[in-house]
This record gives sequence, C-alpha cells and structure tokens, in this order.
Amino acid sequence: MAPLKPGEANLGTTIMAVQFDGGVVVGADSRTSTGTYVANRVTDKLTKVHERVYCCRSGSAADTQAIADIVSYHLDLYTAQHGEPPTVSVAASLFQEICYQNRDSLSAAIIVAGWDEQNGGSVYEVPIGGSLHKGEFAIGGSGSTYIYGYCDKTFRPGMSKDECVEFVKNAVSLAMTRDGSSGGVIRLAVITREGVERMVVFGDNLPPQYLG
Amino acid sequence: MAPPAEPSTGFKFDNVKRNQLLGDKGYGQPTATKTGTTIVGIIYKDGVILGADTRATAGPIVADKNCEKIHYLAPNMYCCGAGTAADTEFTTKMFSSQLALHSLSTGREARVVTAMTMLKQFLFKYQGHIGAALVLGGYDVTGPHLFTIHPHGSTDKLPFVTMGSGSLAAMSVFESRWHEGLSREDGLELVKDAIEAGIFNDLGSGSNVDACVITKGNVEYIRGFSRPNERAVKEQSYRFAQGTTEFIVPTATAQGEEAAAMDVSA
Repeated sequence: MAPLKPGEANLGTTIMAVQFDGGVVVGADSRTSTGTYVANRVTDKLTKVHERVYCCRSGSAADTQAIADIVSYHLDLYTAQHGEPPTVSVAASLFQEICYQNRDSLSAAIIVAGWDEQNGGSVYEVPIGGSLHKGEFAIGGSGSTYIYGYCDKTFRPGMSKDECVEFVKNAVSLAMTRDGSSGGVIRLAVITREGVERMVVFGDNLPPQYLG
Repeated sequence: MAPPAEPSTGFKFDNVKRNQLLGDKGYGQPTATKTGTTIVGIIYKDGVILGADTRATAGPIVADKNCEKIHYLAPNMYCCGAGTAADTEFTTKMFSSQLALHSLSTGREARVVTAMTMLKQFLFKYQGHIGAALVLGGYDVTGPHLFTIHPHGSTDKLPFVTMGSGSLAAMSVFESRWHEGLSREDGLELVKDAIEAGIFNDLGSGSNVDACVITKGNVEYIRGFSRPNERAVKEQSYRFAQGTTEFIVPTATAQGEEAAAMDVSA
C-alpha cells in the first residue's frame, strides 16, 4: 500500500458503478490534481479495457493507467486465444491479480464493471490491498466517503437503466460538491448488450441540491 | 584471459547509495540541475504549436540564458522538457533513436500515441526517479496530437497544456483565451503570451520564447520567436580616459637568475 510519491498526479476522486437488469452504469468526476493544482479538469477516469468492460480509476494516475493498459493487453490476447470476449469476472480477476501481486508498490483502487453474455451486467471492486468484491453497486475514491449514507438509502435492487443513470448523477454530484479533490464534469457510461453509450453532465447542469 | 567487461549502458543509480550516506551524515544530498521552466502546447486549426522559455537554472544561478527546451523526437514529432535537465535531454535523445528504428522496421511514420506509450512505460518503470516532465506534440496519419507526460508515467490528452514551474502563469493565459480553430498567427501569439507570462512572473523561467509549429508533413522550428529580454544599449560609455590612473615606474628586486629575465615594462 504505497503512499502517493511527491509530485505524483492523484485521482482524488469520486467513482461509481451500478448494476441493472441488462447492463451497468458507471460514473466519475473529472478532476486530476497534483497537490493543490488541478492538472486536468476534464479527465476521463472511465477507461475501456474491452468492448463491454470498463474500469473506474482512483488513486495514483500513473499506477492506474499502467494497470489498465496491462489488463487491456491481456484481454485482447484472451479474445484472440479463446475466440470470444472475456466475462467481466475474468477482467476483474486480472485487475485483482496485478493489484495484489504489486500491492507494496501500487496505490490504486479500481471499480470494474461491464456486460457479458453469461452474467449480464456486473460490478466488481478491487480496493487498495488487492482484494476483490462483487456487488450490486460500488462507490470509490476520496469523494465516496461523503455519499455512503445517500447510496445505502437510495439504492434499490431492480432499478431501471434510467433510474440508475439518475442515481449515479445525483450521488457523484453530491460527492463532487463536498469533496475538494473531486470536481469538474460528471462522466457517465451505460454498458449493455447493444454497446456503450457515453454521456457528460457539465458543472452548470448538475442535479438540484442545497448549495448554501 | 578473461574478456574485458562490457561497459554498462543506460541509466545508472550507483550514486543513490552515496547520496543516502551523504544525507545520513548530515552533509545534505547533492541536488540535480532542475530546469525551472515554462513549456506549453496547443492544438490549432492546422496542427500543433509547442512553446518554451530558454532559461536553465542551477539553484539560484542562471546556468544558460538561451538553452533549447524543444527537443526533436521524429520528423513529425517534437517534445518540450521540464524537470531535471539531464533526464529530459537523455530520454528524448533515447526515444528519438528508438522511434527512428521503429519507423525503419515498420516502414511507416511513427504515430504520436506510440511515442507517448513508449515514454510513459519507460518513465513508469523508473517510478518517478527519472524527473522528466514532458509536453509531446506531433502530427501523424491520424491527425494532430498533444499530450503531457508526468515523471511518474501518467499521461493526459488535452487541446491546450502547460508544464513546469511557470505552468500556472501560462495556463491562466490559455484558460482565458484559447478556443477551437485558432489560426496560425493567433495560435503563435497565444503561445508567445503564455510563455511570456511564465518568463515575467516565474523566477525559474526567463529570457526568450522558442516555438515549434507542426502541421501535416511540415515542421517550423522558430528559435527566438520572441526576445523580450534583449540587453539595452548603454546610454553612456563607462570607459576610463587614458591617464586616469597615475603611472609609476616599477622597480623590482632581483632574486636569482629568472628574476633577471622578468619583464617589468608597463
């Protein structure tokens, strides 16, 4: 569990994924910071590792980018060798393997989510020690601490796609406004059998909430 | 007889132990030359423009008043360097030859993403110990591209970027004036103003503005695009008139033979 090195780009982050019947919705803020400076205000923390498998990155920008690149390579190889796309659980296991074996030198917490033929939509979480947790939804990053209560209260199993999108928008928005290390725009992706639909919510178009 | 040992190549970290010892004994660790720098890049209508100041510093001393911080990478790619001067110099040199070999073996012009991936994987391997902060720009078969690469190996893809100690000053110029579809003239003017913001407001940056315009199949490297710090012509001559100092005939006391041969004429 390596602490962030001096000068290292940090994804002080809010990330999230929710499962619904037929797919998943993933969401994230867009802030990358180095100390007190915002190095990138329109970052895309939703990274594609296969056609229908995405990961939400939090922790060190360098570490999580490197891990995503390696996983992406292995999943490409897997597809070529097996002649079919990998399941989300295969991708999540790959993330876990890399995060666990290198746990002493990595600071990365990742949510893996996507759709596959066998299981439909599924959400996995690989937190900082390299353990693997399956769930109906997952939240992560520094901003997530502000919304555990909201998420536990609001989440219902069996929500529709549109309800999930609203849930993610609301949760990420609440976290973004309270957490100094999260901000910018909300990036969203809906992953289903049909493919991936990307969306952006700009800072001046956030869902209504108390702003003081 | 044993063959002579192969000379080791690449980066050496032998001095890490020495520096640690020096630090432990309270002598303080020796510091590498950091280029307090302003480097920038933008996407404009026809391609990419890179910009850099030309000051190199060694602690409080200006080591070079007109150094080059825009490095050659490939015929269609250039790279601005900030951070540890030696590291930016060597990494860009190393990858310019790597990219030349890559082009030769593939028979194609190298892509900017290829250079970006090679650089990030290399820097990630060294876990931030190679202090190269880079702005990579180029034009390839897929169009214009602009990246920043941090010393730890993280990358960002943006339409306007700044790095180095003057990055805050330069970014404030971009944030207020950059827009999509800038012309070549407006782009160069914006890059010049961003670098000058660094030159005037950041102690680590100074002297002149270098620029590099990369378009489809063409590169224009403009050394000294702006020179806002030319030395002014002195208004007066400070040369002393001849005879200002009274001339006294010198005398010498001879000591040994070589003293006799001494030239004591004025």
